[in-house]
Amino acid sequence: MSRGLRIMPLLLLVSLLIGFAWRLVKPDDPAIHSQLVERSVPAFSLPAALPGKPGLRSADLASGQPRLLNVFASWCVPCVAEAPVLNELRTKGVKIDAVAVRDTPEAVAAFLSRNGDPFERLGSDANSNVQIALGSSGVPETFVVDGKGVIRYQYIGPLSRSNIPGVLKQLKESS
Amino acid sequence: MKILLLFLFSIALGQPLLADSNLPPAYWANRQLPDPAQEAKAEALMEELRCLVCQGQSIADSDAELAGDMRDLVRRRIAAGEKPAAVRSWLVQRYGSWISYRPTGEPAAWPLWLAPLALLAIGALLIRGRIRTRARSQ
Repeated sequence: MSRGLRIMPLLLLVSLLIGFAWRLVKPDDPAIHSQLVERSVPAFSLPAALPGKPGLRSADLASGQPRLLNVFASWCVPCVAEAPVLNELRTKGVKIDAVAVRDTPEAVAAFLSRNGDPFERLGSDANSNVQIALGSSGVPETFVVDGKGVIRYQYIGPLSRSNIPGVLKQLKESS
Repeated sequence: MKILLLFLFSIALGQPLLADSNLPPAYWANRQLPDPAQEAKAEALMEELRCLVCQGQSIADSDAELAGDMRDLVRRRIAAGEKPAAVRSWLVQRYGSWISYRPTGEPAAWPLWLAPLALLAIGALLIRGRIRTRARSQ
């Protein structure tokens, strides 16, 4: 047996350990990021999720000034935790539109009366079609859309208070 | 006994904490297309699309609501006459090649294509070595 072959198991072990250490230091990111960042919002038109509120069309997002597009659902638990953050952004003058995924008007109304309603427009996405068209893989997610209707950033998961400065910065850079 | 009853009762009452909506599944989520040829095309595509929720399952296998909505989307588009490749590339545009199980020609997939050739070459070398040593010992 040659010497090279004899140290093979040791080399294998070392490379295995390096692999383990690397993944421990830098864990895998299971989030699936939308490929539509830096691209236009895909064309869609959603009916109103609530009787008293306008629905959402992709043209509404190209409003000349940057805004947030929130993908949420009344049945989504982390969305409850995110609601106060969206309300705070609203009081800071941020325009927020939303897509309610797989929801009923009654459930959306109950959710908004309980957690506050920071949304200007609210579309109902009954079969997740717009969610899929946006490249979103779950609720909640928040897109920063610039005045021309181009997606500039995607937040996956609930926004927390610590995200507020970042979101405001993103919006400022998008205008 | 009382405690046991209470325990069983609490299990029966316990609701699973699932993040599921209260809407029924989409129309084509769990229903086959009337045209068998179209259904076969849709089925083959669904087996190669990855579920966004239960990552590692295909949308054909997954029970997640989003997977059901994706099956609905695939069946609708196939029924409307769209080619499976077009539906796949529409999804890849949104989620990246991650969404598709079919290996691509991207540089990241090159080791996958080259591995069989490399293994064959190593095998051939090993066999050559064996034959040589045997020929020498005879």
